Amino acid sequence: MQRLPRQRSSAAEELEVIAPSKLAIEDVSKNFKGASGAVLALDRVSLNVEEGEFVCLVGASGCGKTTLLNIIAGLEKPDSGTVQADGKPITGPGRERLVMFQEPALFPWLNVFGNVLFGLKLKPNLTNKDRHDVAKYYLELVGLSRFERANIHELSGGMKQRVSLARALAPNPRMLLMDEPFAALDALTREQLYGDLQRIWQARNKTIVFVTHNVREAACLGDRVIVFSPRPGRIREEFAVDLPRPRDINSVDLAVHATEIMKALKSYSQLEVALAE
Amino acid sequence: MKRFLLAALFFAVLLMIWEVLFRAKIWSPVLLPAPRQVAVYLEGAAVDGTLVKATIVTMRRLIIGYVIGLVIGLPLGLLTARWKVWQDTIGTLALGLQTLPSVCWVPLALLWFGQTEAAMLFVVVMGTLWSVVIATETGVRNVPPIYRRAALTMGSKRLHIWFKVILPSALPFIVSGMKQGWAFAWRSLMAAEIFVTILTGFGLGQLLHYGRELNAMEQVIGIMIVIVVIGLLADKIFFSPIEKFLHRRWGTSQA
Repeated sequence: MQRLPRQRSSAAEELEVIAPSKLAIEDVSKNFKGASGAVLALDRVSLNVEEGEFVCLVGASGCGKTTLLNIIAGLEKPDSGTVQADGKPITGPGRERLVMFQEPALFPWLNVFGNVLFGLKLKPNLTNKDRHDVAKYYLELVGLSRFERANIHELSGGMKQRVSLARALAPNPRMLLMDEPFAALDALTREQLYGDLQRIWQARNKTIVFVTHNVREAACLGDRVIVFSPRPGRIREEFAVDLPRPRDINSVDLAVHATEIMKALKSYSQLEVALAE
Repeated sequence: MKRFLLAALFFAVLLMIWEVLFRAKIWSPVLLPAPRQVAVYLEGAAVDGTLVKATIVTMRRLIIGYVIGLVIGLPLGLLTARWKVWQDTIGTLALGLQTLPSVCWVPLALLWFGQTEAAMLFVVVMGTLWSVVIATETGVRNVPPIYRRAALTMGSKRLHIWFKVILPSALPFIVSGMKQGWAFAWRSLMAAEIFVTILTGFGLGQLLHYGRELNAMEQVIGIMIVIVVIGLLADKIFFSPIEKFLHRRWGTSQA
């Protein structure tokens, strides 16, 4: 008997853990024309990220780490070089690779549930019932089920970033791109989110590229930490962090790694770098 | 309830002051009629239908003209926000014409359209249009770029972004522009009706005008009260709920 083509996917299928993405960046350069002439934001940067790997990019501000993230997201184009996700060149933004920004870019005209639903509504093969089920699942995953009807301005900074995370996860991307998502939060909230993010990353099996200037944060979250130096933006060194998970940001082993990375960072950069608390 | 009682008390006091002034006979009763006389006029006009008819005529002009103004103004505002060419041309024109008091359109409208409904509509449209264009443009320009970027990564494209991201995000600006447009349209329509008699329908402005010609001060004041009440109702029924919703959603506090 012939198998019928699938008409639509169900909520259960939508919630399946899918294979994470693999990323290949080769010789990527990017110039910006600023007030003081052209700035080489990225200078022949190459980087490979394995399926399901958690990679942190650290460096002083202006080192091009955010630019690289935007290029991976497809929001900016490199001047030269190639970026491939799963062997296919990235030509523009797409829901295979969702971005979580530093400021929560949540939409104030929608409530919490509406925000998580936004990306799901752009997936054509789902019924509204399925979309609701999926959104509920992710709100529960980030611990905000009780707040699905809340307005965005009623949430604390940490809750907003949880909603952002749920919104980014909901369309089931193969890769998450995170641009200093916890930088504006207080230390306590951040610690909770480190735990949550590690738990969710393991449960959902995503490839994550995480930009931060906080070395301790990078050591806590990343399988690998890539150190950038500014002007021109270059990759200088990389560190493998092979501590067991879930990791505690306050552990001594982690501090050893963080100190090592910090030393490297300082040697490449004259600029002040914010140290983790 | 407490707020309502307080407001009711305030207006009762206002009426009393009026009554006292009338009884003190400082001004001739021709210039300042008693509240009761005004009430009698309003009752009579309501019963014989002139008031209802005039209100319908005026509101029809206002609403049709206003809707036309919105329908033209919104897309124009989007276009001026999106493309430089539109901004430099239509945008500049809108900015200029918005500063023109919309009453100034009345003489032109009369020469172009004669004493017709079209002249009235034209004045109302001109009163609405430019405020809406400019508010929409400002609103769209104030949409934080990060909303667009976030939507792009979630797979939103062109039209979807415009309707689901940019327009909703600009909504607070657009609504305040709509409110301003409404006020401008209302004013210009009253001016036009007072200036010009149009045989296809007598509006509130015309009743006001005849009140003056007949030296019937109770009519003048009565109609003015009706105009004020209509303005208040439009605000309470139409704009207030929208603004309340926006304030609640956006968290721009307003008790």
